[in-house]
Amino acid sequence: MRREVPLVLTAIVGITMIIAHFIPPLNILKNLFEDWFFIIAAFAIYLGILNLILVNGDKIYKKQKGWLFGAVVILGFLVITIIGIFFSGGRSFQDPGTRFYYLYMNIYYPLSATMFALLAFFVASASYRAFRARNVEATMLLGAAFILMLGRVPIGEWISAWLPEGYRLGDAADWIMDFPMTAGQKAIMIGIALGVVSSALRVILGLERAYSAGE
Amino acid sequence: MSGEVIGVWIGAILTLGIFSFLYKDNPFYKFSEALFVGISAGYWFVVTFWQYFVPKFWDNLALAYSELLTKGRLDYHWIYLLGGFFGVLMLLRLVPKIGWLSRWSLAFIVGTTAGLQFTRYLESNGIKQVVGTIKPLLVSGNMNATIGNIIIVVGTFCGLIYFFFSKEHKGVFGGAARVGVWFLMITFGALFGYTVMSRMSLLIGRMDYLFGIWLGLY
Amino acid sequence: MNETTNQEKKTFWEKLLSIDRRIIFLFIAVAVSLPLFFKTSLDMPVSPVVQEVYNAIEKLQAGSKVLVSFDYDPGSMPELQPMAESFFRHCFRKDLKVIIMGLWPQGPLQANIALEQVFKDEDIKAKNLQYGIDYVNLGFTAGNEVVIDRMGHDFRESYPADSRGTPLSEIPLMRGVRNYDNIDLILNLSAGYPGTMEWVQYAVDVFHVKLAAGNTAVQAPSMYPYIQTGQLAGVLGGMKGGAEYEIALKRPARAVSYMFSQAIAHGVICLFIIIGNIAFFSLRKKKTS
Repeated sequence: MRREVPLVLTAIVGITMIIAHFIPPLNILKNLFEDWFFIIAAFAIYLGILNLILVNGDKIYKKQKGWLFGAVVILGFLVITIIGIFFSGGRSFQDPGTRFYYLYMNIYYPLSATMFALLAFFVASASYRAFRARNVEATMLLGAAFILMLGRVPIGEWISAWLPEGYRLGDAADWIMDFPMTAGQKAIMIGIALGVVSSALRVILGLERAYSAGE
Repeated sequence: MSGEVIGVWIGAILTLGIFSFLYKDNPFYKFSEALFVGISAGYWFVVTFWQYFVPKFWDNLALAYSELLTKGRLDYHWIYLLGGFFGVLMLLRLVPKIGWLSRWSLAFIVGTTAGLQFTRYLESNGIKQVVGTIKPLLVSGNMNATIGNIIIVVGTFCGLIYFFFSKEHKGVFGGAARVGVWFLMITFGALFGYTVMSRMSLLIGRMDYLFGIWLGLY
Repeated sequence: MNETTNQEKKTFWEKLLSIDRRIIFLFIAVAVSLPLFFKTSLDMPVSPVVQEVYNAIEKLQAGSKVLVSFDYDPGSMPELQPMAESFFRHCFRKDLKVIIMGLWPQGPLQANIALEQVFKDEDIKAKNLQYGIDYVNLGFTAGNEVVIDRMGHDFRESYPADSRGTPLSEIPLMRGVRNYDNIDLILNLSAGYPGTMEWVQYAVDVFHVKLAAGNTAVQAPSMYPYIQTGQLAGVLGGMKGGAEYEIALKRPARAVSYMFSQAIAHGVICLFIIIGNIAFFSLRKKKTS
């Protein structure tokens, strides 16, 4: 039961999703499975959140190092959840003017955007310390990065203005994107597509059982 | 002080809290980070509730129930109870003795994703890309197109050869794989350049918020 | 004398390589912030992939229907919001009918913010655009690529009503719009999943509708294979793409004004890389000799 049911379930659902593409009447079943998928995905998110609460709750209970920040996590979660579920107008909870929207724009958005903006500093520091033209391949990577970084901003035009039109840094950047970069991306894309297709087949046929393995 | 002004100040203080990490790790940063984790979790809880759980589960069951009450018949929407059942099974992962039941829900998710992506990745990212690579290696009267096509064909082909690890990269095969590596290095260099551009754009946005909107210096 | 000089040079390069990273952070902060105080408008050439996006909209006749999908959140605003405003300006200037939707929860909100900005333009104001006749916001529906797939059969499967709760049958703009067969162009603004790739896979390749996109710079390079095969008409890549589109529209705005900061920041990073490599090779040469 533990092993067989998941494998049979995966096979039935996977095969239905594939053949519905070719047999339109099966779309009714496909639509149903898709809706169930989103219900289960919602519960999967709740599982993650529940786990987060339990971990931080345990930290607070045992007064471990940094337990105060665990309290901040839980408090932040409770504030936005309660306001979003009960005090933000139901389904129009995200409309401008609601309390949820206020919390989102003034707390979530600045924090989220700044977390990503931090990466700008670290990418600069990492480039300075680690980006070395040690061999042919690294030099090619560095060269392409240089041309792109300078060619995609006005500095590239300023530096290469003395070159004839069509041969400037911006044109070089465009050419790299249109040809060698596209070729490399196509190779990666086709490789990933083949990987996805073979993994999907392995999963549907029950050859890949990692997801149904023991705890 | 209006709510909008207070909101801008809260956003600016939290922004500075995150940025304070650049100097060194400190309680102000830790507080901002913990708040971000909690608020993110809450945000996704609320969005999932109103955008997924309610319309896809609750509304369907409500429809089925109203059909039962008003017309006294069993509507097919009751089948959504099964979806909810699988959802609850997912939560059982937290209970050690019966946690294995969550594998049924996981199997459903994996099967749906595999089936959905099988045809789309095969057509859009596989077959169409291969078709797009079959280009004439000589375009009479157009040297640029000729060179471009050769680069696309050779680059894609050699890149794919590099990813074929079932054969040792020796001889002609190894040479082609090496050419593939060069194309991939150019690709990664371009990706790096664009990633830098993207991160800098986000930082510009944040600085504009601090200096332009919060401090109103311009 | 030479030995002493060599000793000093070695110390200098070593010091340079082990510089406190906070100094690098400071340089980046100044490089990004200072140019913001100089509101410069820089001219720049329009790259072919951006020109293709412009042409795709320019070719449309007045009254053509354009579906604009907002698939990003405020975190990607600096890159994508200027593109959104430019898309709206272009569409409204051409008297196109705009249908707004979103696959990300915050997407339709970003659309409203962009509309608010665009409606301040005198030429757009003069058109006296009406909601429901010239543009409509269908809002967000959960389901990612499933939404795209179902809209290919019937919009009402994913959107029975618009964001205000009005059934689509009661909206003049939506009468006669059943699925992608009634849409002349899809414009997608994307910051991740679900996004342009899903639109290509489920809308373009299944229902053969034309698609142009604006992407964050991280994602834009991945779209080039789709442009090469013709699955995607063109792409605006990051803030530069947005700036080029503003130039093509002859309406420089936020993206163009940010480009000065972007330029200086890139220059500083390139300088750091050059200095780091010079230091590295100098030290390596010293060690081998």
